[in-house]
Amino acid sequence: MAAFALGNLSLLLAIPVIGAMLLVLIPRQKSKAHFTCALFFTSLAFLWSLNILNQFDGAKGEMQLVERVPWMRFYGIEYLVGIDGISLFLVLLTTFLMPIAILASWSVKDKIKEYLFFMLILETGMLGAFVALDLFLFYVFWEVMLIPMYFLIGVWGGPRRIYAALKFVLYTMAGSLLMLVAIIYLATRHAQLTQVLTFDLLQLCDLHLPFHEQVWLFLAFALSFAIKVPVFPFHTWLPDAHVEAPTAGSVILAAILLKLGTYGFVRFAIPLFPAAALAAAPVIIALAVVGIIYGALVAMMQADIKKLVAYSSVSHLGFVMLGLFVFNLQGVQGGIYQMLNHGLSTGALFLLVGMIYDRRHTRMIEDFGGLWKQLPVFSALLLLVTFSSIGLPGLNGFVGEFLILLGAFAVTPGWTAAAATGMILSAIYMLWMFRRVIFGPLANPENQKLKDLDRREILILAPVVALIIFMGVYPQPFLSRVKPSVDLMLKRVFAIQGMPTAVNNTAGGETKNDGR
Amino acid sequence: MDVNLLPLLPATQVLLTALVVMLLDLFLKENEKGLLAWIGLLGLVLCGVETMLLWGSQDGAFGDTLLLDNFALFFTQIFLGAAGLTILASIHYVRETRINEGEFYALILFATVGMIVMAAANDLIVFFLGLETMSVAVYILTGMWRASSRSSEAAMKYFLMGAFATGFLLYGIALIYGATGSTNLNEISANLVEPMTEWPLYLAGGVLLLLIGFAFKVGAVPFHFWIPDVYEGAPTPVTGFMSVAVKAAAFAAWVRILMHKLSPFDSDWYGPLWLMAIATMTVGNLLALSQPSVKRMLAYSSIAHAGYLLIALVVGEEWGGPSLLFYLVTYAFMTVGAFAVLASLTDQDGPRENYSDFAGLGFKRPFLAAAMSLFMLSLAGFPPLAGFTGKFYIFRSAIFAGHTNLAIIGVLNSLLSVIYYLRVVVAMYMEEGGVEGKSFRQSPYLYIAVALAVFGTVYLGIIPARALEWSRVSFFSLD
Repeated sequence: MAAFALGNLSLLLAIPVIGAMLLVLIPRQKSKAHFTCALFFTSLAFLWSLNILNQFDGAKGEMQLVERVPWMRFYGIEYLVGIDGISLFLVLLTTFLMPIAILASWSVKDKIKEYLFFMLILETGMLGAFVALDLFLFYVFWEVMLIPMYFLIGVWGGPRRIYAALKFVLYTMAGSLLMLVAIIYLATRHAQLTQVLTFDLLQLCDLHLPFHEQVWLFLAFALSFAIKVPVFPFHTWLPDAHVEAPTAGSVILAAILLKLGTYGFVRFAIPLFPAAALAAAPVIIALAVVGIIYGALVAMMQADIKKLVAYSSVSHLGFVMLGLFVFNLQGVQGGIYQMLNHGLSTGALFLLVGMIYDRRHTRMIEDFGGLWKQLPVFSALLLLVTFSSIGLPGLNGFVGEFLILLGAFAVTPGWTAAAATGMILSAIYMLWMFRRVIFGPLANPENQKLKDLDRREILILAPVVALIIFMGVYPQPFLSRVKPSVDLMLKRVFAIQGMPTAVNNTAGGETKNDGR
Repeated sequence: MDVNLLPLLPATQVLLTALVVMLLDLFLKENEKGLLAWIGLLGLVLCGVETMLLWGSQDGAFGDTLLLDNFALFFTQIFLGAAGLTILASIHYVRETRINEGEFYALILFATVGMIVMAAANDLIVFFLGLETMSVAVYILTGMWRASSRSSEAAMKYFLMGAFATGFLLYGIALIYGATGSTNLNEISANLVEPMTEWPLYLAGGVLLLLIGFAFKVGAVPFHFWIPDVYEGAPTPVTGFMSVAVKAAAFAAWVRILMHKLSPFDSDWYGPLWLMAIATMTVGNLLALSQPSVKRMLAYSSIAHAGYLLIALVVGEEWGGPSLLFYLVTYAFMTVGAFAVLASLTDQDGPRENYSDFAGLGFKRPFLAAAMSLFMLSLAGFPPLAGFTGKFYIFRSAIFAGHTNLAIIGVLNSLLSVIYYLRVVVAMYMEEGGVEGKSFRQSPYLYIAVALAVFGTVYLGIIPARALEWSRVSFFSLD
């Protein structure tokens, strides 16, 4: 790829930025034009990402569509992007949800220009973080996402928005700054040992640092990602941010931003420091399972639907973490699949909560009841999404959770059994919520005037629901493209077994499962 | 010995401009005085062109007491840029606060002359000359807003504290002269071959006094107490100028004299410097947290930034030096910009510099607020802005040189700083009220200054390669 020509991925990153620049030029009064512009560019990005899917060779596990341009030559920093089976669908999820999030922002009336500007910048930030293969570049995108989200929560959020926005930024920064130190340290060590100064992820993965150094570096990376996921006990920023964020903000936060944490583990923390990751696996698995159960129990007690969904995220992402850290094909594949599922089902849940909030200006479960009579379409869709979220067979959630539990059972049956109770708990809190909101008598007079979903709202939800069903009955196109990359990653992890202390407790079981 | 006047060219150019401005001031009518700013800017631009033409020369004047090398030229350009942006941003400010325009611009230029000499000085006496030229001009600038008692108080404090620091420096120079028989840095460093433990006590004492003097000038803890009051009291554009150019000049001299020429000292006495760096960062950031006034917050944050720069000094020559130079450039843009925005808010009936005055600015003055947000985010170290690249290179140099602990303390400090920098953004975009629309200065020149600062902040964040290369070349032109 010539240095001046934009490659496929660069163009994808550029589309939202171009849209944002155009937005700035449109006069403030024309709010319709702003919407059209933002919608056009996010849709264009989605179409372009379909083109990328089309060009992607699903049989290969290596990085594809790689673009490499020197950025700061003397310091070994490059503009290096690429995509593989692990990041492919996360990129697609992002571009898929962005137009939906823009459409769902119809109720935002205030300062719409800035709002859409930040949405578009946010999209580039997230996409960039998914495709960056240079650690410096990754860090830049990682932080770039923070600012638009900060504004989205802080300006357009609920009553405690400023507190929630600051908490979100500080938590994330606390982790990521230490990761920055670790990134620099890693590049420095690479330069000392091989005389090559680079931030290229693939080259750095081949560096075999002694175990004690790996542990510290892994901890720095893991802290940053664990806060983002969020892994118990680093989750306390999440409910605040979710509850205060505007609907589209919650959707993006839950569906995509959180995935960056788990993605960070798969892409960076594990391949860079395999020995440390294997050694830390028991601790992380334990935290993941605690998170699953804790998140579910707390979700059960929530009176606010949005908060309930927020805590359910903690629980669901615990499953993802469990899958990733059992280090076998089913587990990791299931984890990645579950990232997509959670993105879709939780995204849809937040959309639905937003729609009912726009009507009633409350999210308290006790204010509702008996909505089925008044809002049949809404109720039906909510039921479907609820089933997806609790992992009913035939819908997407089941495939992911099943794979994860299958993979995990081979390694750590005890924790897996505990995690499985989380599935039961999730059925309890989701269905209990559903029953209190949808069934029962239509007692509250205010609810009797509610209108069902209009065409725009159905249009917003239809693609998400379609995908939820499709991914439930026909997961093969997804899993088959993910598999080669996961295979490759696991092979790398177990190939680098130079470090003797690495695999005492967990790896014994895994090497068997690694046979493909 | 031929008298080579070329190394004097940049300083002379600015000096002549200053004299022209001062003289013309006597003959111009009150309403014509706006011309003076443009004459001053023209002189600065000319000097900027000269420094570019001279780039790459390696020369000395008066028996190598004044050097012309890329290091001096690099700093000269920082001073010129800071002075130029300050003049642009103050055109309306000085008119409205009834500060004497001619004297104001002339003093900015005189201070710049002093700084240029400081960066080029290879002799302790010449350095001292430059320092005093700069300091006296800045003392007066601080107190120029005669209608404001804060300004006079600040000038008095600054003068007393500055005189104190000068005393330290002079004693230091005297002791070093006593020990080595020279004030020329080449000769001094030639006499310093033995390890520091063998030095006579008064030589070590002299160098220590020099260190204290420098620490005073850059505002390093525990010699920082003058900074908040002085920065808060001074006319706002002057505060920007002080916090950028004066600090840069002091660091230039520190690097050339202490770090480079007396480097044995640097490596042996690394402990105190290490402590000073940590204390400066931490104290600056902690105190900045609790300030109700944005101007005072920026004053404390400038202490914190001096702390980050001290990390580069601890790291030492090969890695720390270039990153220090680069950081000063990035710091110049974002800080001058931030103070320019602050200056646009100041009201005649009182200072408008609290967080609450910024409330709602984001939708009343979108450009100024967006620019201020960029400066704040850049100062806090968010990519892809200049402040991030600057910090990145400092921390990178620290880790590369094995000072990972300093880098960790540094990043934790920038986390602290995020809190108070974002408070400005919160006020601008997420709160209501604040200053009424009419109490803004509608100065197109200030907008130009802000726009230039924004450009620098973004450019150095995204495409820093060239500026980095320049800072490397400049640093290694020290012989």
